[in-house]
Amino acid sequence: MPNLKDLKNRIASVKSTRKITKAMQMVAAAKLRRAQESAEMARPYAEKMEAVMSGLARAVGNAEGAPRLLAGTGKSDVHLLVVMTAERGLCGGFNSSIVKLARTRIHELLRDGKTVKILTVGKKGREQLKRDHADKFVGHVDLSEVKRLGYADAAGIASDILGRFDAGEFDVATIFFNRFQSVISQVPTATQIIPAQFDAAEDAAEDTGPLYEYEPSEEAVLEDLLPRGVATQIFAALLENGASEQGARMSAMDNATRNAGDMIERLTIEYNRSRQAVITNELIEIISGAEAL
Amino acid sequence: MAKMQFDLVSPERRLASFEVDAVQIPGADGDMTAMADHAPMITTLRPGVLRVEGAAGSAETAYFVTGGFADVAGPSVTVLAERALPVSEVTAEMMDGFIAEAREALDKARADTEAPQNAADAMAKLLSDMEAAKGHMMG
Repeated sequence: MPNLKDLKNRIASVKSTRKITKAMQMVAAAKLRRAQESAEMARPYAEKMEAVMSGLARAVGNAEGAPRLLAGTGKSDVHLLVVMTAERGLCGGFNSSIVKLARTRIHELLRDGKTVKILTVGKKGREQLKRDHADKFVGHVDLSEVKRLGYADAAGIASDILGRFDAGEFDVATIFFNRFQSVISQVPTATQIIPAQFDAAEDAAEDTGPLYEYEPSEEAVLEDLLPRGVATQIFAALLENGASEQGARMSAMDNATRNAGDMIERLTIEYNRSRQAVITNELIEIISGAEAL
Repeated sequence: MAKMQFDLVSPERRLASFEVDAVQIPGADGDMTAMADHAPMITTLRPGVLRVEGAAGSAETAYFVTGGFADVAGPSVTVLAERALPVSEVTAEMMDGFIAEAREALDKARADTEAPQNAADAMAKLLSDMEAAKGHMMG
């Protein structure tokens, strides 16, 4: 039987753990609200961008000499996977679910004889992928110093990726991130960003839209917009990821707090039982001592 | 005068959304003013000052914008700018920062001999546009 002192220490330590997880949960809840707000505010820009680009892509997309960002390189031999994860752990399955999705994709691509390159954003994804795919890494973006995610961060990542594309380092780029659905549900998602893809169903619906005039020209506008589109998609993904991370952390910490509560209850019962046993023992000793006299 | 809906959005937030009479847009090929029922068009922006006329209330009427495009469509004008700030919030230091950034990009484009010539030209234009915009705002 564990002695009373040990039990008491256990209870005290679980209690302080509970305090920490409770605090982390509350911090995550506050951050989640902020993250959701920024994701919300970024939406009009992203939606408009997408609408204009898909309209333009329809107009010039199939023409000869369309921008490579739209038409692609004509091959799909080298794939760049941009894996976005959190900088910190303690957020449930958030990081591993993205990594799992990326891993599955890596295996599929390798099986098909493609070359895979990996660019990670966030420390956790890099740690997990380094284990078996260290040879495929081409870069890592560290966002641990970033307090509040801005468009400039996304633009930096985008220009890195675009630079690699211009240098002919890859043919297809895909980003991996968690789409925020609710506090308890985040969906790991893979989106192809280069060459740009647009929803076919949406295209059909938009055909009735007004006929636009483009200044300076359709090609020039598209040329200008495509790199911005890449940055916008990355920014949107980073924001979704940020909200998802806080949501995942919040529910993970909520669970941890509840578990700690259960544990304290169990330990307290055990503590009381042993305390009673000790008292009973002492009484028996006294009584039998008295009887012997 | 017929009003039209004006929206100014940056990647991070929506800066303005109200009804106006006319919007003066710093288009890539020159400034243009869009009023209600303008023919639908899309133009890219150069760094410059975007002005709105006839806005209700005390809303901001001038914004400094860089990079992006304007979507003019009959009853509405939507401007998507990579960076957008009310002119009243822009300081000379900020402009100097933007100009330094543009200059750096220009130097890089010039140093990179493999880059196409028009990349350097584009950067040079960006730089002069920035300087002009600063002159406009700071007087």
